[in-house]
Amino acid sequence: MSDTAPAIELKGISKAFGPVQANKDISIRVMPGTIHGIIGENGAGKSTLMSILYGFYKADRGEIFVKGQKTEIPDSQAAIAAGIGMVFQHFKLVQNFTVLENVILGAEDGGLLKPSLSKARGVLKRLSEEYGLSVDPDMPVESLSVGHQQRVEILKALYRQADILILDEPTGVLTPAEADHLFRILDNLRAEGKTIILITHKLREIMEVTDTVSVMRRGEMTATVKTAETNPQELAELMVGRKVLLRVDKAPAQPKEAVLSVKNLRHVDADGVERLRGISLDLRAGEILGIAGVAGNGQSELLEVLGGYREGEGEVLLNGAPLPLRGPGSDGRARRAAGIGHVPEDRQREGLIMPYTAWENTVFGYHHDPAIQNGALMNNAAIRAEAAGKMERFDVRPPDPNLAAKSFSGGNQQKIVLAREIERNPDVLLIGQPTRGVDIGAIEFIHQEIVRLRDLGKAILLVSVELDEIFALSDRIAVMFDGQIMGERSPEETDQRELGLLMAGVTEDPGGDAIAAVDKSLDEKEHRAAGE
Amino acid sequence: MDFATLLQVLDSTVRLATPLLLACLAGLFSERSGVIDIGLEGKMLIAAFFSAAIAALTGSVWMGLLAGIVSSMLLSGLHGLASITFRGNQLISGVALNFLAAGLTVLIAQDWFSQGGRTPSLMSGGRWEAITLPFAESLRAVPVLGPIYAELISGHSILVYVAFLCVPATYWVLFRTRFGLRLRAVGEAPEAVDTAGVSVIGLRYAAIVICGLLCGLAGSYLATGLQAGFVKDMTAGRGYIALAALIFAKWRPWYALMACLLFGLLQAVALRYQNIDLGGITIPVQVMDALPYILTVVILAGFVGRAIPPRAGGQPYVKER
Repeated sequence: MSDTAPAIELKGISKAFGPVQANKDISIRVMPGTIHGIIGENGAGKSTLMSILYGFYKADRGEIFVKGQKTEIPDSQAAIAAGIGMVFQHFKLVQNFTVLENVILGAEDGGLLKPSLSKARGVLKRLSEEYGLSVDPDMPVESLSVGHQQRVEILKALYRQADILILDEPTGVLTPAEADHLFRILDNLRAEGKTIILITHKLREIMEVTDTVSVMRRGEMTATVKTAETNPQELAELMVGRKVLLRVDKAPAQPKEAVLSVKNLRHVDADGVERLRGISLDLRAGEILGIAGVAGNGQSELLEVLGGYREGEGEVLLNGAPLPLRGPGSDGRARRAAGIGHVPEDRQREGLIMPYTAWENTVFGYHHDPAIQNGALMNNAAIRAEAAGKMERFDVRPPDPNLAAKSFSGGNQQKIVLAREIERNPDVLLIGQPTRGVDIGAIEFIHQEIVRLRDLGKAILLVSVELDEIFALSDRIAVMFDGQIMGERSPEETDQRELGLLMAGVTEDPGGDAIAAVDKSLDEKEHRAAGE
Repeated sequence: MDFATLLQVLDSTVRLATPLLLACLAGLFSERSGVIDIGLEGKMLIAAFFSAAIAALTGSVWMGLLAGIVSSMLLSGLHGLASITFRGNQLISGVALNFLAAGLTVLIAQDWFSQGGRTPSLMSGGRWEAITLPFAESLRAVPVLGPIYAELISGHSILVYVAFLCVPATYWVLFRTRFGLRLRAVGEAPEAVDTAGVSVIGLRYAAIVICGLLCGLAGSYLATGLQAGFVKDMTAGRGYIALAALIFAKWRPWYALMACLLFGLLQAVALRYQNIDLGGITIPVQVMDALPYILTVVILAGFVGRAIPPRAGGQPYVKER
């Protein structure tokens, strides 16, 4: 095997965006018929590197060899011709096209569609049998589950006869069972001699499926090792450059009375789709209730209704008093005044105003507080001084309140939002995706801060799509699927497998055939969505 | 209303719907590719002027048509340059073209013909002749169907037939060909087209060229078919009505035909019945003339159900990972 040419070899690839050096002199060899993982924190340059390989960006320096041949890849067309296929993190699908139409787009055989469509139908049938990639070719993509949409992306690449497949963070949107299924597909593909490059920031996946793993940090390739010869702790250190705590230290919770009671909460969105279908839960003081679920199953809407961004129906009691769910008094400002702090899921769009300074961002939502008014004017000097103190306590770097929010890194932006909400001492804190796009170092800090708040006797509702995070922080776990709560578990008495099934809407343990049960449940959801 | 009157109203409905239909299909191609085109009006206007002017100067309606199409395509190209190549705001570019066309036509008309911004009235040869379909006269005697064939279907100029044939042609191109698939895709998800290795910019320019061609036909028909010469602002908002019809039609060719016929009917009714006497109350002519525009407002205000436009409409394509 040693004399085989690598499927992909990169030599000295460098790429800069303005002053930011995204890739520095990167060299890597990916052997054919292997699964090669590339791991690194957000902003380490993984996606940039793969975009260069797929012809999206042009490297400033360096060479690309495909199957031993030096290859120029100026655009996606060239990458496809070289046998490279890419499954992007954000799918590149035409939502209102059928699966078949999406697959042939750009790879049609002639001017008329009919022959291409019938040929593709046959090829798809063969591919789906060969690799376990079954998906209904005539379904419009928008009514498919995310996992099935991903299969369409893989099918697209295979239909173009790619034998090198790049997957960028493929499991971010999948339930654990769907992720397992994906890994099985990847195994099949490897068995057929395909080469797979898997980009991820999840250590577990790397350990589970890859043969070799390359670690990136700050635009550089720091190590390439055989997966069998390494362990998660070592990889984490290589990623971050120092020792990290992979677990959160916390004492058992001391829950008290219920602070927030939600009864039969419903929400219908602007498209007329029912996003919350009768949610009931109790949130007690001094505990963290984690809401697990795959993105798009109503968790966002739950946070937004409780936070006052959306109207809802049903009953929500805060310390026994009902909160208005529509009309006057149901907005975010009123909620904050009532004692419900909110760290929104998307900090860049909902948590911060990016061009505004850090100190301005530390008062949004609380800017009517008389303490910071000066007659009709804002007392900016006081706000600025207060902001400086908050930023110091939350270790925001650099600790300069006059910088615009957009000039902080993701982790520091999140700390600014947390500082704003936590320092106001709310009874209830709603937190969505606290560590999305945050580097490991900042994750440690944010997790400790959330636990500290709990120990002060606050009630915390945590929504996260990262199951590891849910397990690390929660005192109770509720699982959402399709706008409903499928069940509640204590983290000590459940495991990834059981939660994974609940996240796919499977409430009864199906025994050995878990994947079939998940498929069935997701198909039912698809059909409900298609019917609407 | 007797049968003959009905036929006359329907006959003028067909004539009046023709420029709307051509412009509407022009907008359909453009918007399906993700380029919003508020400049249909301007393109029709400039095509109307150059068609009439060249037809007047050369005496050939075909030369006029050619000039109309070329001028409309030039404006289309400008729109493409501003909004596709330089990623400018598509609405502003379109509005600018409308102003440009409104001013330019009158200016050149005054310079060339010195008739206060109009072209001379076109003689025969400078206008489209009505085509009498085979057996129109001999079948006239057949009850009901005969007059329908002779009056309504036969006796229009060639552009009318072209316009109506454009409907199935558009449908076929859009839903049966590779070009159509890619065109629809680029208006919905240009990143999907780009990653599939197809040029987004190329597709959008292709759409805009077709849009220019169809607007050229529409304008040409206005000045050399429907009327005999160009007058200032003769499009009278038809470009906007075509846009409203496009929304009403939910960006689909057959629905576009229906929507344009509806607008054409309203215009025909307004022409035919200037003052309607409803037993004591007289509806003044202005109300009748305003009807198509009122319907436009009603449609745009969304009273006819939700129309989902192409998802990438109005956004210049910028590559991102």
